[in-house]
Amino acid sequence: AAGPALGASGFSTDEAPNSFHEITNYNNFYEFGFGKTDPARYAGGLTTDPWSVEIGGLVDRPGNYSVADLAPDNAVEERIYRLRCVEAWSMVIPWLGVPLAQVLERVGVQPGAKFVEFETLLRPEEMPAQRGRSLDWPYREGLRLDEAMHPLTILATGLYGKPLPNQNGAPIRLVVPWKYGFKSIKSIVRITLTDTQPVSTWQAMQPGEYGFYANVNPKVDHPRWSQATERRIGAGLLGGRQDTLMFNGYGEQVASLYAGMDLARDY
Amino acid sequence: MQLRRLPTGVVWALGALPLALLVWDTLAGVLGIDPVRDIEHRLGRTAVYFLVASLCVTPLLRLARVNLMKFRRPLGLLAASYAGLHLLAWVVLDMGLRWEQALKDIARRPYLTIGMAALAILLILAATSSNAAIRRLGAHRWGAIHRLVYLAAPLALFHWLLAHKIWPAKPLLILGAVAILLALRLIWALSRRMRVAT
Repeated sequence: AAGPALGASGFSTDEAPNSFHEITNYNNFYEFGFGKTDPARYAGGLTTDPWSVEIGGLVDRPGNYSVADLAPDNAVEERIYRLRCVEAWSMVIPWLGVPLAQVLERVGVQPGAKFVEFETLLRPEEMPAQRGRSLDWPYREGLRLDEAMHPLTILATGLYGKPLPNQNGAPIRLVVPWKYGFKSIKSIVRITLTDTQPVSTWQAMQPGEYGFYANVNPKVDHPRWSQATERRIGAGLLGGRQDTLMFNGYGEQVASLYAGMDLARDY
Repeated sequence: MQLRRLPTGVVWALGALPLALLVWDTLAGVLGIDPVRDIEHRLGRTAVYFLVASLCVTPLLRLARVNLMKFRRPLGLLAASYAGLHLLAWVVLDMGLRWEQALKDIARRPYLTIGMAALAILLILAATSSNAAIRRLGAHRWGAIHRLVYLAAPLALFHWLLAHKIWPAKPLLILGAVAILLALRLIWALSRRMRVAT
């Protein structure tokens, strides 16, 4: 089924975005705790400047890049995307960012590269939950190269026209709108081009529940809960549920990436 | 102890407080970004607290000589009431009355199946909690039925735990407490049997 209409830029949805308050006070960022309000409460102490992202592996120009190198002000654009959490809630978020493809083209992807691996900052002094062992820190994620190069995939550095708040993954994070939110790794310090499929943190921890692809798919349930519907945050007490769309409504743009694949097996 | 002189109405009044606070917070709009989740979870947690409290009554009497026996029934009824409200919040607010998905999920999702089983037990116990029910069923059979609470409590905690992506600390701690409370019963039952045997 075709997704809802995309707005003027060709990439943004015309659905009403959630408020800045909702987006910045209700999210998961397990490095700061496991409650939805923990990131807003505890991420204030994270040092995001200076920051550098080490890009390596199968690239022509490996090295340490600053946020301004990767997402210079004049290249940043607004993308209003739906976000669907694997926990079956959703939001609409006006991100600011640059296409990941632009960044990868600039560092020169070598022909042998097939996947992109991402890693979040490991800094237990500033990320309290990293002192425990609830997850295997640092958080890791990965994309197939064609997913990474897709025009919808961005590295976000802002929100609502402002710099990205710490709790939302400052200073630079991934946003892949057709995948469950946990794929959109936050506070990135390492990007590695590789020829082998990376193993993401959740996939390593619970392979029966979280796959490498994690595409939003109403027909493939999480083993412990249904993915057929979602609750839009901000819809109010009697807002009810809406049907979850295949690829979070971005099927027209991305379904071809998975042609011929069995998405019940490659979930 | 003078505690047993208190009328059970005091327990009911205290037991209504969490609900009153929840209604207050809802009307005042201070619940948080996702009020549906907050309402649902607070009702569920409160049900567990009362359930665990009801399991503490006998150990308090036997180990600390604190007699709260007359409060056990209202504590259990409060647990069942909050569990019922928790289900209601799930069906109406969370599922948005999508009955088909709700029923399918209860049948297919272990944490929901387990939660429903715990609630079903609590409702059976609530329905048979009157003195008339004890007379009708006979003390022996009534006791056997009401020992189902030893199943309901761990089921409720597993329901809580399995709803998460990781192992959250609070329900794990409460499950530990429940394990101790149930182990006490087991020890007492075994020692009673040994006394009878000798």
